[in-house]
Amino acid sequence: MIAHVHHENINYLKASKGLKNWLVTVDHKRIGMMYLASILFFFIAGGTFAGLFRFELWSPLKDFLTPDQYNRFFTLHGVIMVFLVVVPGIPAALGNFILPIQIGAKDLAFPKLNLTSLYLYWIGAAIALYSIVAGHADQGWTMYAPYSLSRNPAVLWMMVAAFILGFSSILTGLNFIVTMHNMRAPGMTWYRMPLFLWAMYATGIMQIFATPVLAITLILLLIENFVGIGIFDPALGGDPLLMQHFFWFYSHPAVYIIVVPGFGITSEIIAAFAKKDIFGYRFVAYSSIAIAIIGFVVWGHHMFVAGQSELADSIFSFLTFFTAVPSAIKVFNWTATLYKGSIDLKTPMLYALQFLWNFTIGGLTGIILAILSVDIHLHDTYFIVSHFHYVAMGSTMIAFIGGIHYWWPKMTGKMYNEKVGRFAAILVFIGFNVTFFVQLIMGSQGSPRRYYHYMQQFQIHHQISTIGFVILAIGLFTALGNLIASFFNGSVAPKNPWGAKTLEWEEADSPPVLYNFKETPVVTHGPYAFETEKA
Amino acid sequence: MANPTTGLPEHHVAHHFDSADQEFDSIKNGMWLFLASEIMMFGALFVGALVFLTLHPAAFREGAHHLDWRLGAINTFFLLTSGLTMGLAVIAAQHGQQNKVRMNLVISILLAAGFLVVKTYEYSLKIEHGTLPGRLWHGEGFHDPFVHIFFGFYFVMTGLHGLHVLIGMGLMTFSLIRSTKVQFTRSYFTPIEMTALYWALVDLVWVFLFPLLYLIG
Repeated sequence: MIAHVHHENINYLKASKGLKNWLVTVDHKRIGMMYLASILFFFIAGGTFAGLFRFELWSPLKDFLTPDQYNRFFTLHGVIMVFLVVVPGIPAALGNFILPIQIGAKDLAFPKLNLTSLYLYWIGAAIALYSIVAGHADQGWTMYAPYSLSRNPAVLWMMVAAFILGFSSILTGLNFIVTMHNMRAPGMTWYRMPLFLWAMYATGIMQIFATPVLAITLILLLIENFVGIGIFDPALGGDPLLMQHFFWFYSHPAVYIIVVPGFGITSEIIAAFAKKDIFGYRFVAYSSIAIAIIGFVVWGHHMFVAGQSELADSIFSFLTFFTAVPSAIKVFNWTATLYKGSIDLKTPMLYALQFLWNFTIGGLTGIILAILSVDIHLHDTYFIVSHFHYVAMGSTMIAFIGGIHYWWPKMTGKMYNEKVGRFAAILVFIGFNVTFFVQLIMGSQGSPRRYYHYMQQFQIHHQISTIGFVILAIGLFTALGNLIASFFNGSVAPKNPWGAKTLEWEEADSPPVLYNFKETPVVTHGPYAFETEKA
Repeated sequence: MANPTTGLPEHHVAHHFDSADQEFDSIKNGMWLFLASEIMMFGALFVGALVFLTLHPAAFREGAHHLDWRLGAINTFFLLTSGLTMGLAVIAAQHGQQNKVRMNLVISILLAAGFLVVKTYEYSLKIEHGTLPGRLWHGEGFHDPFVHIFFGFYFVMTGLHGLHVLIGMGLMTFSLIRSTKVQFTRSYFTPIEMTALYWALVDLVWVFLFPLLYLIG
């Protein structure tokens, strides 16, 4: 018995050794770390594909890729980045690690289900990788009928992969919501929950309610491929627009599955490095839920030029404007939090501030695209490419990287080099904006997306964008190298290096013990109770 | 600790839960959320079928007339009765009556099997008449060129539902095995409750499928 207690009180990295113990673990921290490593691997893979076609676009004609290779690479970039990186991203890696600790629980409600969802992710990822060699997938990540009805094995395998990854996502969301309902420590009321958790809750709602629609859509597409059932295939009397409705009924909420966790991380970082309670905590919390709900009724704005009725177009346009309200509440409240805060520009804070800048551009360009008459001009141009990269990369991935830096000392027990971290953060900011701001300009001038050849007048834009990509890549690899180096020779992290007020910093060791806390914590204050301490 | 009458051991709460209540509530909430996701999945199919009903009403009517509503009614009876026996199994489990639990589970499994037998018979009729979806279609004597889409929906929806019936039978079998290994009590009847919840969804989907496919038109 004494040996058992001793075993529970050593940190989770040392609690048991060997690859096998990692592969069968049900510890949410280890599962989170394995997710983190897998997701970063695919982030590099997806980025590599982006780099390949970015360089191909250096000149208007062929540089070194054939048109077919170009189509394959942008498809792979899209599928990998969406289904393997940004959708699972923050919840599966950081949420898994941090969520139970932030509410004072020993683990998620369903640890075995959590491991199952990791394995589903790996199986889905393996099948997605297999589809690369199975043939030439060139349908784009949206898998629209009839592009996806060619019985192309690569496309079919990609659908199977997306289906399995969808289940992984549903199980993660389900696990998180139940954990937040049933596993909170004594004193951890809903309004004492860190805003990261409210964001995880909103994300979970969308994962559970939207993903099944994608699942059935993929099943129908597969059946359509094999027996030609005639539900989506116009040649057989089916309705391809119905497929787009189903697809976006998932994929619009998916955009918020992607970005809402980033809101959560930004709230944590801004509070910790401005040493202030988040301005209007409840508004920020509810705005995550509001975004989740509104996210379900705006899908039609992806189909303004797809032959939808004008009435439907007008309604979807009108509803889309509403998403601006909760988004703006967040941006204003974060800004108000900074006001008169004692701001400490550490590496995570630099990423949080970038998030504010990039998300404002990403959000406002979204409003521009929601205007019907403008969208007809901008649809399928580089403007929209830039818009969603400002959200998915500039907001979500930036918040993700910021979150990794923020929680790195907790996860690994090591401090990274602060100067290198800041330098990398600045490079990432410059690189990202050089890459994508110019795409807003060329898109507004009518340059269409996904084209292999382009008009001479856009060459300078493409070249600036490619140079931006190089700066961005250097920044990202510098950040990654800095983190990995710290794992081997970083200084030992104290329990609470940032002086934050949430449970994972105040109560858990760095790195935490096997069951997170030596004894169940009792929560006596809110997540950002900085002022109360001064008084 | 073993139960004095049945000799079965009692359930141990998993390491990360503080109490049996917390464990039960968590699992129950998880099940409800899972069922919600199932409803969204079936919901999309229902929306698809209704869109098709609007696009090709004549085809839908012709296809629906080809189905035998009496077979559907027998299956409705099977499923609703099994819903009752699953409910009785839950009550028996709450009172720790292991034998009664087992009896109700066995009846439920038999009724579910009856459902699948009738469904298989219906499928064999469709195969005989060639009323199969898409490229497999070789039905004769139909007027509307889009009837094959009706049968596409028919096979996808009843097929997915049938798969759920099979999974439900698997859960019932699992519960049956569980009833020989662990003593159910007022604070531990989780497997029976979850199986019954899942089975309620299987019932519910059928209650909407039956009129949509067999009775409308």
